[in-house]
Amino acid sequence: MNPLSVVVRTICDVFAWFMGIYGIYIIIHGHLTPGGGFQGGAVVATMAAFLLVSHGGKKLLSFAKPGFYSGIETAGLLIFITTGFLGLSATFFYNFLAGRGGLFGAVVPIGPNSGILNSAGTISVMNMAVGLEVIGGLSLILIYMFKGIRLFDDQTGGSETGHDR
Amino acid sequence: MKKKVLFLIAILVVAGVFWGALSRVHPFGEKARAPMDDYYLENAQQERSVNNVVTAIVFDYRGFDTLGEAAVLFTAVCSVLALFRKGSEGK
Repeated sequence: MNPLSVVVRTICDVFAWFMGIYGIYIIIHGHLTPGGGFQGGAVVATMAAFLLVSHGGKKLLSFAKPGFYSGIETAGLLIFITTGFLGLSATFFYNFLAGRGGLFGAVVPIGPNSGILNSAGTISVMNMAVGLEVIGGLSLILIYMFKGIRLFDDQTGGSETGHDR
Repeated sequence: MKKKVLFLIAILVVAGVFWGALSRVHPFGEKARAPMDDYYLENAQQERSVNNVVTAIVFDYRGFDTLGEAAVLFTAVCSVLALFRKGSEGK
């Protein structure tokens, strides 16, 4: 995929930051607001598609390494399973951090959502782990599917194909 | 002939079982008893110290289900990578 014109590239450079920050916000606030690891991870992974369309495949593959995404995907799933096993003194997936004070251990008042970020125990940890896994997995699918298509191979690479010319 | 009789008997038995099952189905439109839902709504905030009960169910009470979802995603990524990998004779 060849890069688009300089107008598109500049606008996409600006908005990619907002997409990444918004996705990370959805992941971190997963235990307070609608959303969570799966949804926020999908939003962050859309950033890779955004940059692929605007900057072209050569530029994206120069800084988005499949090994990095594969690593964070595996790390996310391992953190998830490890958090489940750590509560094994009571049951599998026991919430051993909730309500104890310390990390994610604040006691929340019963009733409407009070918006305390440092609550929910292992639920927050699992949200972040699932978010990492979804970011890695969906970006990896995107990169490998782009590498697999042969449609753009025999074109002259590097030159921009804008819709303004 | 014998086959037809057996077939008829089988149909009658299955119809009887279905009729018996349908007569005990919960009446349409009436309120169902849901003790599990009531337990979640009453105790989730206190037990897990989280205000979002939906997240408490998805990631804590039914955490094993979420582990399965994550494993499904992992398997899907692995299969896509196996499908689009670079073959040795493709170059």
